[in-house]
Amino acid sequence: FTKRKLDAATLEEFEDVLIQADLGVATAGQISAALAKGRFDKEIAAEDVKRILAEEVTKVLAPVALPLMVDPGRKPHVVLVVGVNGTGKTTTIGKLAQKFRAEGRSVMLAAGDTFRAAAIEQLKIWGERTGATVVARETGADAAGLAFDALRSAREQGTDVLLIDTAGRLQNRAELMAELEKVIRVIRKQDETAPHSVLLTLDATTGQNAMNQVEIFGRVAGVTGLVMTKLDGTAKGGILVAIAAKFGLPVHFIGVGEGVDDLEPFEAADFARAIAGLTS
Amino acid sequence: MFETLSERLGGILDKLTRRGALTEADVGEAMREVRRALLEADVALDVVRSFTDRVRSRAVGADVVRSVTPGQMVVKIVHDELVEMLGAEAQPIDLNAPAPVPIMMVGLQGSGKTTTTAKIARRLKERDKKKVLMASLDVRRPAAQEQLRILGQQNGVDTLPIVAGESPTEIAKRALQAARLGGFDVVILDTAGRIHLDEPLMVEMAEVKRIAAPHEILLVADALTGQDAVTLARAFDERVGITGIVLTRMDGDGRGGAALSMRAVTGKPIKLVGTGEKADALEDFHPGRIANRILGM
Ligand SMILES: Nc1nc2c(ncn2[C@@H]2O[C@H](COP(=O)(O)OP(=O)(O)OP(=O)(O)O)[C@@H](O)[C@H]2O)c(=O)[nH]1
Ligand SMILES: Nc1nc2c(ncn2[C@@H]2O[C@H](COP(=O)(O)OP(=O)(O)OP(=O)(O)O)[C@@H](O)[C@H]2O)c(=O)[nH]1
Ligand SMILES: [K+]
Ligand SMILES: [Mg+2]
Ligand SMILES: [Mg+2]
Repeated sequence: FTKRKLDAATLEEFEDVLIQADLGVATAGQISAALAKGRFDKEIAAEDVKRILAEEVTKVLAPVALPLMVDPGRKPHVVLVVGVNGTGKTTTIGKLAQKFRAEGRSVMLAAGDTFRAAAIEQLKIWGERTGATVVARETGADAAGLAFDALRSAREQGTDVLLIDTAGRLQNRAELMAELEKVIRVIRKQDETAPHSVLLTLDATTGQNAMNQVEIFGRVAGVTGLVMTKLDGTAKGGILVAIAAKFGLPVHFIGVGEGVDDLEPFEAADFARAIAGLTS
Repeated sequence: MFETLSERLGGILDKLTRRGALTEADVGEAMREVRRALLEADVALDVVRSFTDRVRSRAVGADVVRSVTPGQMVVKIVHDELVEMLGAEAQPIDLNAPAPVPIMMVGLQGSGKTTTTAKIARRLKERDKKKVLMASLDVRRPAAQEQLRILGQQNGVDTLPIVAGESPTEIAKRALQAARLGGFDVVILDTAGRIHLDEPLMVEMAEVKRIAAPHEILLVADALTGQDAVTLARAFDERVGITGIVLTRMDGDGRGGAALSMRAVTGKPIKLVGTGEKADALEDFHPGRIANRILGM
């Protein structure tokens, strides 16, 4: 490898790689400052710069790379899935159902998106694919009531995991966020410890707005963990670095396709290498 | 957290007490703030570069008139340039072709194609008194065809009857034929979401285009998209030659920089914006509004 001097111009070039991965100006600046520390104006190979960048990003992400723990003592362990429209909630529920079924757990899905056309049919197909029971009402029904019913029936049947789908909503729509609060309130009437996990899906193509999504869904719905979807595309999802630094919320999984098995555990080092532009 | 560009530029430039033309040095410092503001609004880095170059050349030597401060002056230049780059005039959907006019919707997964299909159909029906047929070519996503059928029913728009087992190209052929036989003015083809790296699906999309010869090919993209906007817009445009862009989720609190990115790399107009989940939440594109939003004004 040819070596280059790590001067201001070279540093900016690498900072730009981070910006193009959606880390945001501030976070990209912090990472490249860490890179420059003790190395400024010294000769360094480009591959080494990338490796160090990946290491710096890994430092931020490693503490949040945590698995989703299902409490076997809960029957059911209630997982509520929330997020902005089209980010991949329903598909992620299908993938999670597959994973839990493969672990030998009984799974129930609650078709809590009673708003969008064919959202219930979509979830029912995921139920058929994965051998999970689906609790649904008609479109237009009260989502909180549906969640309440599903929880009651999961409790009666001693189901291991109840996955509750919700309608997509933008975090700045106060009335829709209030509906989500109501779903949680109503669930707690039966089990005050529920939901045990609240997962927020983030679309990897989303830019800086993902910060607001985490902040507001976090506040309103008590998000306990994140899933980043659509990482099979060209988007790097770098906003997750800024999110990890600011909120420290666990990142459980990444979505890498539309298939039932396209869900992988979140690996900080792999994610960081992709951001730094390291191929292997 | 985000300071507005006016505040930032004011802070830098308004301490200049002398009047007259803006110098290279004044503008250089201001451009660093412009760059930062645009990146925070999700404008793609390459687009930010060409944009600041254009603004720089306009701003250097510009006379600061007595009524404004140097900061306001640069903000105005930035704003005007943004509007110009976004495509000053609104361009409606073009139906100037023999009926049935085919419109094809393309884009990444979950961007809002199916919802926008119904919104456009409803608008053409109610506002332009057109007879519209919608067809879902999405044989992949669970219940995608059912979703469009329900939206048709809710909005009084016809949908092509679902036939199980057909391929997207077969559905496209049947849709065009049904539109001709049924005396429809417009036929909208909703396609499955696809990632531009997915070669078989990109080939399929080009094949549907060849069969349907759409008069409009609309790229439906999320207004919340980050830096990837340039890559995706370029990829779809190269493969099928889009005729316009629809930006969805403009009801969000995103800054909407993706609009500038996609417009800049494709040169294709942003024709419509989606502002909600309901079928009437569709608006014409106003470059001035997006420019304000990108600048946090
Ligand atoms: N390529 C890819 N597509 C995905 C992934 N996850 C979800 N999708 C697709 O994204 C689209 C939207 O997914 P959904 O699961 O319906 O998203 P949602 O959040 O439930 O959407 P709403 O309920 O409408 O808010 C579908 O076409 C999915 O197949 C992923 O990891 N990769
Ligand atoms: N808030 C808001 N939501 C929107 C808008 N347009 C679409 N949506 C929502 O975004 C989600 C995805 O919309 P779809 O129309 O299913 O997206 P799609 O591109 O057809 O998705 P795939 O077919 O899976 O690729 C749904 O929940 C829609 O209600 C919009 O302008 N604003
Ligand atoms: K999206
Ligand atoms: Mg859903
Ligand atoms: Mg669709």
